[in-house]
Amino acid sequence: MNEQFLTVSSSPHIRASHSTGSIMRDVLIALTPAFIAGVVFFGINAAILTIVCVLASVATEALIQKFLLKREVTINDWSAVVTGVLLAFNLPVSAPLWMAVIGSVFAIAIVKQCFGGIGQNFINPALAARAFLLASWPTRMTSAAFAVDAATTATPLALIKGGGEAAGGALPSYMDLFMGNVGGCIGEVSAIALLIGGIYLIMRNVISWRIPVIYIGTVAIFTLVFGQDPIYHVLAGGLLLGAFFMATDYASSPVTPKAQIIYALGCGILTGVIRLWGGYPEGVSYSILIMNVAAPLIERFTMPKIYGEVKDNA
Amino acid sequence: MDIKHSTFKGGIHPSYQKELTKNKVLRPVSPPETVVIPMSLHIGAPCNPMVKKGDLVKVGQRIGEPNGFVSVPIHASVSGEVISVEPRLHPNGQKVMSVVIKNDMQETISEEVKAKGDIDSLSPQEIKDIIFNAGIVGLGGATFPTHVKLSPPPDKKIDFVVLNGAECEPYLTTDDHLMNEYPEKVVHGLQAMLKVLGINKGFIGIEDNKPEAIEAISKAITDNDQIEIYSLHTKYPQGSEKQLITAVTGREVPSGALPMDAGVVVSNVGTAAAISDAIKTGMPLVERIVTVTGSAVKDPQVLTAKIGTMVRDLIEECGGFSEQPEKVINGGPMMGIAQFSIDIPVIKATSGILCLNKKDAYVKEPSLCIRCGKCVEVCPVNLMPLYISEHSLKGDYDKCKSLHAMDCVECGSCSYICPAKRTLVSSIRVAKREIVANSRKGK
Ligand code: SF4
Ligand code: SF4
Repeated sequence: MNEQFLTVSSSPHIRASHSTGSIMRDVLIALTPAFIAGVVFFGINAAILTIVCVLASVATEALIQKFLLKREVTINDWSAVVTGVLLAFNLPVSAPLWMAVIGSVFAIAIVKQCFGGIGQNFINPALAARAFLLASWPTRMTSAAFAVDAATTATPLALIKGGGEAAGGALPSYMDLFMGNVGGCIGEVSAIALLIGGIYLIMRNVISWRIPVIYIGTVAIFTLVFGQDPIYHVLAGGLLLGAFFMATDYASSPVTPKAQIIYALGCGILTGVIRLWGGYPEGVSYSILIMNVAAPLIERFTMPKIYGEVKDNA
Repeated sequence: MDIKHSTFKGGIHPSYQKELTKNKVLRPVSPPETVVIPMSLHIGAPCNPMVKKGDLVKVGQRIGEPNGFVSVPIHASVSGEVISVEPRLHPNGQKVMSVVIKNDMQETISEEVKAKGDIDSLSPQEIKDIIFNAGIVGLGGATFPTHVKLSPPPDKKIDFVVLNGAECEPYLTTDDHLMNEYPEKVVHGLQAMLKVLGINKGFIGIEDNKPEAIEAISKAITDNDQIEIYSLHTKYPQGSEKQLITAVTGREVPSGALPMDAGVVVSNVGTAAAISDAIKTGMPLVERIVTVTGSAVKDPQVLTAKIGTMVRDLIEECGGFSEQPEKVINGGPMMGIAQFSIDIPVIKATSGILCLNKKDAYVKEPSLCIRCGKCVEVCPVNLMPLYISEHSLKGDYDKCKSLHAMDCVECGSCSYICPAKRTLVSSIRVAKREIVANSRKGK
C-alpha cells in the first residue's frame, strides 16, 4: 500500500451528502404534484408552457455563463430548471409561448446573472419576471385562464373582489379550490398538490416551516379580522404557491430565524392589504417582491444574539 | 440514580460510524520495538530532554523537564535504551525534538512510580502536585496542562467540575471504551479534582448513544452524592466545551472568556482516569486509548498504546490498510488533523487514527453560496458563517470581527452542512488569525 499520497486538507473531513443540485432536485420533486394538477385542469398547454420556460431558462443561463461571463457553466445545479418551472407556474395557461421565452430570459439574464448568479439575486427571479410581464402585457397576463369545465372565466379572488355572483360567475366550492378545479395560473390552482409539495420540502429540510406557516397564518388571521372568509383566501389564488415555493427562495429571503419570521409576517400583512384594498385581486407576488427588497434590512436589524454575548459597554 | 437529560442549540447529525469499533474489546497494542516521544506533548512550551543517547530508562521515568507554568514533565513509556535524541516528525506537521527509546521488553518500572495514598489523606496541593508530576494534560485533544486548569486565580470562584464524556466526534469510541471498562477511575479522578478545587459538585455528561457507558458510570456513582450524570442528546458538537457547560449547568460562558469565568472547570473523562492512576499507582501518563478506525483499515480496533508508539505500528496491529488510504487523520473527522505521513508517534492528544478511503474522503469542489441558511441554523454559537466567510475571503477582517468571528469554536458544523461545500470554517480560521495578528500590532 502506498501512503506517499495522503491528502492533507483542513477539517472537517466529512460532509453532508446533500448538494445544491440535490436540493434543487428536491424542489422539483415537490413541484411535481402541482405540475400534474396544472396539466389535468388546464390541459397539455400547461405542460408545453412549462417545458418552454424550462428550456429557455436553462439555455439563457448556459449561454450567458459561457459567452458573456466566460465562466463555468453551472446548469447542472438544476437551479435554472427550478426558476423556469416557477415562472411557468405563475403564468396563465393562455399566455403565448413568446411571452414565456421573454419571461425566462428576463428572469435568468437580468434578475439572476446580472446580480452575480445563484444566491446573489436579491429578488425572486420568477416573480420579478412575472411582474415584468404583467407590466408589459397586462391583458395577456390577466386574461382569463380556463379551468377544464370552463365554469368560470375569472379567478376566484377576482370573483370575491368583484362581489361574488354579481360579477358574473359562481364562487367555486371549497372542494373545487382544494383540488384545483378553478381558474388561475398554472401552478397555483390545486391547494392539495401544493400542500403535498410544501410538506415534502419541510420534511426534507429544504425549507423551514417558518416562512410558509407564518405567511399563510398571517393572511388567514388578517382576512378573518377584516370579515372575509380566511379559508377562501388561503386556498384560492397564489398564496400556497407563493408561501411554500416563492417566499422561501433562498437568495431573496433572510437566512436567520428571527428575520424569517418578520419577513413572513410582512408578506402576510401586505398580501392581506393588497387583496382587501389594493387594485389587484391577488397580492402574493408583489408582497413577496417588496419583502425581498426589505429582507437584507430586516436581517441587519435582527442580528442573532450569539452564544455568551455580553452587552457592549463601549 | 436519576439521570438528567439535556442538549444545546444548533448542531448536526453526521453519520456516526461508531459501530466499526463500538463492540471491539479494548486491548493493548503489542509492545513496540521503539518509541518516539516528542518533547512537545502539551500546549505550551516544549520540554527539555533530560536524557541522552545511550542512557537506560525505565517506565515512568521523567525524561522531559517542563518549561514554564503551562508545561508538564514527560516520562518514558517503555524501559530500554535511549538510541537518539533528535528532531522527528510530530503530528502537528513539524519536526520536534524527540527522545527515541529502544524497548528492552522488560517493562521495568521506575522507582519514582509509587502509590500516593488516597484522596482523603492527601491535601489539595499534594493532589495538584501529583497531577503535575504525572504529566497530565487534557486528553480530549486540547492537551492543556490539567494542574493549570485546577489553579484558577483567587478571584474566580469555581462551582462545578464538568467531565466530558460526550465523545461527539463520529467514528471515535475511545472515551466510550474507557467509561465502560474503568468507570471507577473516571469517578475517582473527578473526586480528586473536586478536592483540589475545594468544591463538591461534579457532573459527567455522556451522549445518549452510549447507554452502556451511562449505565457503568451510574453504577459507579450510586453512593456518591457529589456527582451527577447527564445523558446528552446525541448531536455534534455536544462535547464542545462551551456547549457542554450550557447543556449541563445552564450557564453560558461569556463571549471571549473562559469556562472558569462561568464558574466551571471542564475536563475529559480520560483525563480523570489518568489522575486516578497517578494517585493510586503513581504511574504517570505514559499510555492512552486510541481508536484506530475508518474505511481504509482492515480490522478497526480500540487499543491502549504507549505514548510514542508509531501510528504505522497501530495500523499494522489492525491488519494494515484494506485499501489505498486517501486520508489519515489524527483525531476525529470533524476536528482532527490530516496527516501526510503515518510515521508519526501517538501523542497525548491522539484520541483516534482515522483512515478514510477515497470515497469517504471525497469532498466536492465548492460552488457559490446559495444562501440556504443551513450554516446559520447549525452553528452552536449562533454565528452567521456565510457572512464571516464572505468577508474573510474579501480580506475585510474588521467586518469579520464585528460578526463575532472570534467566538467561532471551529467545530466545522457549518462546513459540514453546506450544500455548496464551501470551506467556511477554513476561511473563518484565517479571519481569526488575522484578527489576532492585527490586535497584536495594536491596530
Ligand atoms: S450553508 Fe453554504 S450555501 Fe447555505 S448559506 Fe451557508 S454558506 Fe451559503
Ligand atoms: S462558525 Fe464556527 S462555531 Fe459556528 S458552526 Fe462554523 S465552525 Fe462551528
